[in-house]
Amino acid sequence: MAEAAPAKGGPGWTRWLVVAVPYLWSLVFFLAPFFIILKISLSQTAIAMPPYLPVFDGLSTFWESVGELNFDNYVFLAEDSLYIRAYLSSLKIAAVSTLLLLLIGYPMAYSMARAPKSVRPMLVMLVILPFWTSFLIRVYAWIGILKPEGLITVFLQWLGIYGPEDQLRVFNTETAVYIGIVYSYLPFMVLPLYSALEKLDMTLLEAASDLGCPPVKSFWVITFPLSLPGVIAGSFLCFIPIVGEFVIPDLLGGSSTLMIGKTLWSEFFSNRDWPLSSAVAVILLALLVVPIVIFQNYQKRI
Amino acid sequence: MAKTLGPVKRKFSPWDDPGAKPYIRFENVTKRFGDFTAVDDLSLDIYEREFFSLLGPSGCGKTTLMRMLAGFEEPTSGRILLDGKDLAGVPPYRRPVNMMFQSYALFPHMTVEGNIAFGLKQDGLPKPDIDARVKEMLKLVKLERFAQRKPHQLSGGQRQRVALARSLAKRPKVLLLDEPLGALDKKLREETQFELMDIQYELGLTFLIVTHDQEEAMTMSDRIAVMDLGKLVQVAPPAEIYELPNSRYVADFIGDINLIEGKIASAEGNRLRLACDGIGTSIEAEASGSGAAGETAWFAVRPEKVRISHDPPPEGTVNVLSGEVWDIGYLGDVSVYRVKLPNGAIVKSTLANVTRLVERPIGWDDKVYLTWPRDAGIVLTR
Repeated sequence: MAEAAPAKGGPGWTRWLVVAVPYLWSLVFFLAPFFIILKISLSQTAIAMPPYLPVFDGLSTFWESVGELNFDNYVFLAEDSLYIRAYLSSLKIAAVSTLLLLLIGYPMAYSMARAPKSVRPMLVMLVILPFWTSFLIRVYAWIGILKPEGLITVFLQWLGIYGPEDQLRVFNTETAVYIGIVYSYLPFMVLPLYSALEKLDMTLLEAASDLGCPPVKSFWVITFPLSLPGVIAGSFLCFIPIVGEFVIPDLLGGSSTLMIGKTLWSEFFSNRDWPLSSAVAVILLALLVVPIVIFQNYQKRI
Repeated sequence: MAKTLGPVKRKFSPWDDPGAKPYIRFENVTKRFGDFTAVDDLSLDIYEREFFSLLGPSGCGKTTLMRMLAGFEEPTSGRILLDGKDLAGVPPYRRPVNMMFQSYALFPHMTVEGNIAFGLKQDGLPKPDIDARVKEMLKLVKLERFAQRKPHQLSGGQRQRVALARSLAKRPKVLLLDEPLGALDKKLREETQFELMDIQYELGLTFLIVTHDQEEAMTMSDRIAVMDLGKLVQVAPPAEIYELPNSRYVADFIGDINLIEGKIASAEGNRLRLACDGIGTSIEAEASGSGAAGETAWFAVRPEKVRISHDPPPEGTVNVLSGEVWDIGYLGDVSVYRVKLPNGAIVKSTLANVTRLVERPIGWDDKVYLTWPRDAGIVLTR
């Protein structure tokens, strides 16, 4: 037993250092802002600089200040149905978008993984290509496509399907938000799916066929279960940021689309209610921890 | 249950019976991949309950032949018949053959039990029947204790057993085995070879096995087909392949052999004389049918049939060569002597080490005589 243990000092010590540095980095730069936000969420708005009270300024008044913290903002969030609706609407939009992304991304990733080996790198490159342009510009481009006098309207009028008075009524609706989200997040769905499907050993499908399983069925009993890690990774990679998405609903959804990211933004910048928007952010984080924990548990099982 | 099945194995030779109906028949089968011809106008009959081996170097078309029978490839031309029925257009999942894959191809997300039950579930068997069959298969391959394990929790040998059990579970008429023992170490491989033979005999199945390991083929098969460049070179029982190879290719591929080139000087009755200018003497052999005087031919003799000795043989002995011991390979059970003739050619002789001596009587650089009787070798013309 004694021989099996790593030598003292030397390798063990440096290994810990290598692990510790990135962890410390993330810990400091994730936890520090988080605690600041948490603290602000327990404060009250004030017409001041910064716009909330109390402000910790020195040890002498520390305990006094702590006494002033309370959960008023959270109570307010729970009482005003606007916030609850915004959370639910965000979760719904994220869930539906993730499902759409899966439905579109899976066949894409599947055909990429089955393409001849020589063209696969090019296909992967094409999926990544949109990243070469700013995300914001690409969403703006969708405005040009979807707006009532935009490209689609012009095209349909040119085809004669639309009369000169008809216009596309998609811009500033939830549909436009879905279009924008599915377009923007597709690479995040396709790439993990592709990497899971590409690893799949084709002889497994031959074995299934050999044992009497027709191709369509073997997709569901072999290919799909074995690609589940990719499905889950892709879904989380999309679902989590979509819940907090702000730019797309703001630019494409107009005022009718209720999403928590947008609500947070307007509380912060328009109302200058830092404590309330901090509370919104803390709740959002808590909501997103749930799927992450589920994901972690799943990974452990694998 | 099994002991009443079939004839005694030793006397099993349906290929010699002109009335026997072949179970699997390849009829002028050709398979091309682009410019490459993997299988070239090949015809072959395999009989029920036969243990048949396809032997050849990699790329000789043996795996393609097997994959065509399984249905993963369709022949470019020709027909494949199973029990008299043409298999053309029948997809793999409707063929009554099962395959054990070289990589085992076990489903990683299923337990051992799940893997074995997979084929049975596809047939829609009732659950109690499936459970009973799975249990039986687990017992057959001695893996009862591992039923709930996933493939990655098993050793290579255990995985190989799961793959075998899975392919046998459906009681296929024909079991195809693609390099089944390639991933096992030598000891385990030998053990498994005999187990496979027992299973095949007990269940009364037809086995078609692809291998590049000649020892494996020799041990297990009723017949061996030696393939090269998409064609069959020889199809015969192991002993015949070894003792009566029909070409230098087969002679050289199976076992060890000395090949000496010469010209047929005379062929009278069953006696043949081969003039071998290379070694400066002529070789007396039994005529093997083909080969007329003047033709180039090769004398082939297995090293264990070449006697090696310090003492010159008595006057009048045929086939005597003399040379120096160039190299000795001590393998424990036998020693291989590589003897260099005056012209530089090497002739091998093996000697069973029947006595317990650490110092062998024949040593390096000894002058020795090599002899063999007239019927020890065979004359090959191709």
